[in-house]
Amino acid sequence: MEELLANPYVGPLVLTVAIILVFPLIVGYMVLAERKVLADLQVRLGPMRVGPYGVLQPLADALKLLLKEDIIPARADKWIFWLAPVLSVFTGLTALAVLPLSDRLYVADVNIGILFILAMSSIGALGLILGGWSANSKYSLMGSLRAAAQMVSYEVPLGFATVTAIMCAGTLSMQGVIDSQFERGVWGAFDNYGLMLIPTVLFIIAGTAETNRAPFDLPEAESELVAGFHTEYSGFRWSLFFLAEYAAIVVISALCVTLFFGGWLRPFPNVELLEIPFNTVFPAGLCLLIAFGCLKGVGKQVVPGFRFLMAAIAAAFLGAAGLFVLPLTNELVIGLFWFAFKLGVMVYLFIWYRGTFPRFRYDQLMDVGWKWLIPISMAGLVLNGAVQLLARG
Amino acid sequence: MLIDQVLFYVLAVLILGSAVMTITRRNVVYSAVWLISTLVGVAGIFLLQGAEFLAGVQVIVYIGGIMVLFLFVIMLVPLEEEASQRRFSNQKWLALATGLAVLAMLAVIVVRGIGSLDHPGPAPPPGPASLTQNSEAVGRVLFTEYLLPFELASILLLVAIIGAIVMSKARRRQTES
Repeated sequence: MEELLANPYVGPLVLTVAIILVFPLIVGYMVLAERKVLADLQVRLGPMRVGPYGVLQPLADALKLLLKEDIIPARADKWIFWLAPVLSVFTGLTALAVLPLSDRLYVADVNIGILFILAMSSIGALGLILGGWSANSKYSLMGSLRAAAQMVSYEVPLGFATVTAIMCAGTLSMQGVIDSQFERGVWGAFDNYGLMLIPTVLFIIAGTAETNRAPFDLPEAESELVAGFHTEYSGFRWSLFFLAEYAAIVVISALCVTLFFGGWLRPFPNVELLEIPFNTVFPAGLCLLIAFGCLKGVGKQVVPGFRFLMAAIAAAFLGAAGLFVLPLTNELVIGLFWFAFKLGVMVYLFIWYRGTFPRFRYDQLMDVGWKWLIPISMAGLVLNGAVQLLARG
Repeated sequence: MLIDQVLFYVLAVLILGSAVMTITRRNVVYSAVWLISTLVGVAGIFLLQGAEFLAGVQVIVYIGGIMVLFLFVIMLVPLEEEASQRRFSNQKWLALATGLAVLAMLAVIVVRGIGSLDHPGPAPPPGPASLTQNSEAVGRVLFTEYLLPFELASILLLVAIIGAIVMSKARRRQTES
């Protein structure tokens, strides 16, 4: 057993399988969270029927998508039609391999971690383009053309923002970036006397465009293109595209958290005094709050099964609170907690944009990309380089 | 080391097979897809040689940039019309001659270099996820020893960009007037 654990290939392999198994479930609950938050922003309730407050909705949705008839349009190019969603989901999941989930939880810490993520996301873009072309439909083709133009345009400011962050950290390894933020005692976003805020903001904007999320969701603008590049996709193939989109959101958010917001580090990682409030009180309190909310909800449920489910969720969060209180287990999970918490905040922001910003027009999109984001990102790079050279000698 | 050899032959078959498929497909989109597969294979060879940085850049630049633009243009072409036209033009013999010349050059290099194969270089660091200083080395060499070619290449690209803008502007003015 110990021999098995010592093998350098076993740990990453187990984690890879775990990620592939768990990730679709996480995506299902991200979709539920998105629907609930959007509903709340629009003063609706969102899904309420399947399970208490709709908590079983993702499972029902998954079942529906798997059982749906698989339709391939008559004059579609079958091979490419098959290849496109596979390409998208494959690259999306592969990029998860280099994410540093905590100080010891990662599949691989490679010297080109950041380049690897960018490379995978650029191959994933091909899935989108080929998928729209292969369906042999005008709407899909328009969506694909827009996706291609948008990806190429917004990859540039995204790249410049990333380069600025890499320059600040001095390494391309994801763990190395976090280590450098720990050593400098400041999150990447506030480094260089606050000048790093420029690439931070640009990264978030360009990242939203790169993942085709509102207000940059022109490739799938439903008011003009039905559903854009995936108009002709249905059932399982469509759900693969969906999975890929959310994988891209997670990867971009994780990259942003790692480069600019300290990854799995707690806030103020160098201040000893804040160790207990941030590493014990905050996560345990958060879990207790959720458990308390669930317990209050138990009384409102009429169906006995739903009551039991609510009580079970409350118990699970109580257990999680216990994990954070015990020092031994706290040490194991605290990195993962902070990473997941920051990731959650980023994903929440993505949902929030969708609920508040109206979609750009195509020419506005290109204007923002080429005339504003690219020059500003270049200026940010030069400015940060100069300050860094002067300040650090 | 055995796994390295196996991987090398797998990648070699992938690259050569995809390259042949690229030039024999009638449908241009299929050619593009096979070309992407070739480029991925080349990135794999770079990885196998311990040149992670080159592998990453290969994928980002060639697949993420150039192939996306290729596909963008291909999508605007009516494919049925295109497929009915003759694919190989009169440059066939010229192309064959160029190919043979390149092959001869490579053969000379291989034959001359075969002696050094008896002394293999330093073995790559073992184990997965080894943190080599690959990108740092590339950066340092690029900005010291090869600074002049690097700057020349960037000026060439700048000229090409400006040229493209000038030409597209001139054509627009023509159509307007």
